Amino acid sequence: MGRLSGKVAIITGAASGMGLAGAQLFAKEGAKVVAADIAETLEEKVEEIVKEGGEAIAVKLDVTKPESWQEVVDRTIETYGKIDVLVNNAGIHIPKGILEAELDDWNLVMAVNTTGVWLGMKAVIPHMQKNGGGSIINTSSIAAIVGGVGDGGGAAYSASKGAVRALTKHAAQWFGDDNIRVNSVHPGAIFTGMAKAAGITSREEMGKHYEGRSALKPYAGEPMDIAYAYLYLASDESKYVTGLELVVDGGWTTRS
Amino acid sequence: MRLKDKVIIVTGGARGMGASHVKKLAGEGAKVVITDILEEEGARIAKDLGKNAMFIKQDVTDIADWKHVVEKTEETFGPVNVLVNNAGIDVPEQDLDNYSEETYLKVIAVNQHSVFYGMKYVVPSMKKAGGGSIVNISSLAGIIGAYKKIAYTASKFAVRGMTKAAAKELGEFGIRVNSIHPGFIRTPMTEHLINDELVQMFPLRREGHPEEVSDLVVFLASDESSYCTGAEFVIDGGMNA
Repeated sequence: MGRLSGKVAIITGAASGMGLAGAQLFAKEGAKVVAADIAETLEEKVEEIVKEGGEAIAVKLDVTKPESWQEVVDRTIETYGKIDVLVNNAGIHIPKGILEAELDDWNLVMAVNTTGVWLGMKAVIPHMQKNGGGSIINTSSIAAIVGGVGDGGGAAYSASKGAVRALTKHAAQWFGDDNIRVNSVHPGAIFTGMAKAAGITSREEMGKHYEGRSALKPYAGEPMDIAYAYLYLASDESKYVTGLELVVDGGWTTRS
Repeated sequence: MRLKDKVIIVTGGARGMGASHVKKLAGEGAKVVITDILEEEGARIAKDLGKNAMFIKQDVTDIADWKHVVEKTEETFGPVNVLVNNAGIDVPEQDLDNYSEETYLKVIAVNQHSVFYGMKYVVPSMKKAGGGSIVNISSLAGIIGAYKKIAYTASKFAVRGMTKAAAKELGEFGIRVNSIHPGFIRTPMTEHLINDELVQMFPLRREGHPEEVSDLVVFLASDESSYCTGAEFVIDGGMNA
């Protein structure tokens, strides 16, 4: 009996990194997974999950567009009949600071990281209300708590993740009545495609880069660390938890 | 079996939240050491759980008792993998300008000193095991304070702080330290405080139950949370959101 048996979960940004790890873990734990992403590689990743015995479908999603969200919700209801969990994991990072960022960069980061989270909640909440409850997990960051190296030099990134933290609390308060729990996850330094794009080739290399920031070797986390946080929050095990900032950072925010 | 063969000490494990943690942890395959000053209840739980559980009478404010608990645990089950510093007391509301110094010191001893002693005395054992997880039960009072409860507040803020200090220092040994901050959870200790008017103020419109906190303890005790340290895990039905 899996920890997510009978649950239907939408995960955004599921083609790679933390989202993919989440989709794989959720499927292993018995969830019906709607893996959503803008990336072309999504289909093959979902095929792999199904080959391993998981139940999952792939749906293209541009989180910045309400119509795209509508499509995902429609496909989910069509295929699985309900929505129990939404993991707003999709996110981007542009390493431009306050002085370097241009309006286009800023707006893109805000659109994907923050507006996308709001649009996702707006699209699924009515279905969760009908279903008697649900669990929404919004991926924020340690950048919502501290600045500097932890935000990778991204001004818009910091703003966008801080917004997710606040929006999560707002949602937790206003939808508690519907038995909809809303929590944020705050990853620290995690070795994913975002790191690879910055030129880092391995978890150990990333860790060396951040030695002293995290108390725990190898000083950088991996996607499964976040996937397990998603799993706890998605399952009924966390049914009294809402409005939580679940920090998975190896101690970064304690300034180790 | 998310905790297969992990050796876990739970203080205040004879009733309330502690007893619930003990049962859940054992259910996930752990070897559980239940400690408490309540001997009869504690021994009964251990008996029901069988060979993978043991009860040791312990006053968490007593250093000799702590040494004994760790020794006996190692002897019976092996080095300690997880410590759940759950033992704690609460006392009735009292005006600050009338607050009994004796009561204050008692609350600090049971809620705060116990956590220091616990961490101090398990660390050598956890080092032997190559790492571990310390779960300190603080409270929402350790984040926002509690009305007319100066001692309880002080003790729970201390637990939150000590958790972070210990996390920084013990990370290099692979020992993680996190705090749990329950809101209103229905137990013998809190029953009298819970009423409908109160819980209607929480987003989830109800109090929590010990098993719900136990699921969080399992997460923090297990390797699933191996990148979590120094963090605050609030479980309060949204009260502080």
